[in-house]
Amino acid sequence: MKIEKKEVEHIARLARLKLNEEEKERFGRQLGQILKYIEKLNELNTEGVEPALHIVPLQNIMRKDEVKDSLPVKDALANAPATKGKYFKVPRIIE
Amino acid sequence: MELAELAAHEIHCLLKKKEVSVVEVVDAVLTRIDEVDDNIGAFITVNGEGAQREALRIDQEISRGREILPLTGIPVAIKDLICIKGMKTTCASRILNNFYSPYDATVIEKLREAGTIFIGKTNMDEFAMGSSTENSCFGITRNPLNPDTVPGGSSGGSAAAVAAGEAIIALGSDTGGSIRQPAAFCGVVGLVPTYGLVSRFGLVAFASSLDQIGPITRDVRDCALLMNLICGYDPRDSTSAATNIPDYTDSLLNDVREVKIGIPKQYFGEEVDEEVAEAMREAMALFKRHGAKIENVSLPNTEYAIATYYLIATAEASSNLARYDGVGYGQREKSDNILEMYEKTREAGFGDEVKRRIMLGTYVLSAGYYETYYLKAQQARALIRDDFEKAFQKFDCLLAPVSPTTAFKVGEKTDDPLKMYLSDIFTIPVNLAGLPAISIPCGFNSLGSAIGLQLIAKPFNEEMLLRVAYTFEENTKMSR
Repeated sequence: MKIEKKEVEHIARLARLKLNEEEKERFGRQLGQILKYIEKLNELNTEGVEPALHIVPLQNIMRKDEVKDSLPVKDALANAPATKGKYFKVPRIIE
Repeated sequence: MELAELAAHEIHCLLKKKEVSVVEVVDAVLTRIDEVDDNIGAFITVNGEGAQREALRIDQEISRGREILPLTGIPVAIKDLICIKGMKTTCASRILNNFYSPYDATVIEKLREAGTIFIGKTNMDEFAMGSSTENSCFGITRNPLNPDTVPGGSSGGSAAAVAAGEAIIALGSDTGGSIRQPAAFCGVVGLVPTYGLVSRFGLVAFASSLDQIGPITRDVRDCALLMNLICGYDPRDSTSAATNIPDYTDSLLNDVREVKIGIPKQYFGEEVDEEVAEAMREAMALFKRHGAKIENVSLPNTEYAIATYYLIATAEASSNLARYDGVGYGQREKSDNILEMYEKTREAGFGDEVKRRIMLGTYVLSAGYYETYYLKAQQARALIRDDFEKAFQKFDCLLAPVSPTTAFKVGEKTDDPLKMYLSDIFTIPVNLAGLPAISIPCGFNSLGSAIGLQLIAKPFNEEMLLRVAYTFEENTKMSR
């Protein structure tokens, strides 16, 4: 089993990864092998089984809507690759 | 024995008796790092000056009457995906190569308050994805017991550091075995707590429904002491459990009389090395001699655990790792076009295994595949959890190998991702079910590689794990 190059490219685009040709070939092959192994799950009868969305029984977790200190702007921007004033700077989005 | 090789509770006694100072303890560990880390590669960042400064400060406070708590002044190594304010948190990834944490993780706050000393940040598989600590952009970590072999992973740096005397205790994280398997390979103790027992605030997320932080230590007593510090409810982690935390040292009893230990037959198949299986049989015999009741049990859905895990973990990872876009933090590749900026940033920033898992996770969540893969995996997960629930109606804990083999050779499995995944076959089901489990040393094979014994208990019964593990340790003195 092998994932076709076109599909690899589609998935890579969804995942925002710019793969090179060698990676497309290799990942296509390796993902195929892994998915083939995963087909094992088809042996398992899961009809009527309630999926385990969470492994522990938690309901919606609410907290009080209180104003608290947040990370200072200076700290929040400290790791940014590019900033301008109080903002993160990115390439132009709107023409 | 050298200071750097003592357990934390032993150092604690020396500190109490004023036979050593915190500065001396920290210097002993830093000297050891200087001597051996070029060969082992346990650390990404060594906090040398910071640790010495902190040691001096704590010594001064002690001389002014500060109470010496069980882990005060103890050098601790932290896996490099847990945030310490002002220090780098790289996750062993190029994309976070230059990221400095703006805040402390909750577990770090707790350790800081107790006066432990952060000796450094340890190497790991990139974003905790791997079983050998070979997927790090900073190079591999080697097993201190045999440098030709891997230390296990993904918390390989933390386990190697504790085994080599480069730290006294350490924190790791376990998503599919990442604490227990490296602890087993390096001959130390590792515990993955029940899902929800330890806050993950400040832990970089890989697969949120599976990740847990836990201790890696030289013996079971240190494990209990570290558990005493890190457990507890935290409103900043919405999956945190509001449960009472016992004093885990109360569970350090050399007594397994009437304890019912189940032996899951699916964990003793032909993939298990004969020497590993033999070590398990000897452990069972020991427990039996000390009054435990040993019986076989079946966990029929075990064989579906790896397939289930690699669907759920990769799906969650593909979503969690979407945040690395080169905007707010991390390394950015230049482009005038924002889409291209994202793509080039992520292509250059992530290593092979991370890309592979993001691709797989994206694939299984993409249109048309959700029910075939993701929903099916969640149903399988429910069945795997139900197997354990049934077993725990009858048993206090389960005994199994941590891994089918001992530490494998460096490079042995790097070309075959599926083969690497299969080495986690006995640790993954525990994470899928959200259970606590401990890995303790139980001997060596004929080549001198360490063998790890795994004990698994029902949710929030870490006390049973510690009691059974402590009994084993006391009657074998196998740790360290």
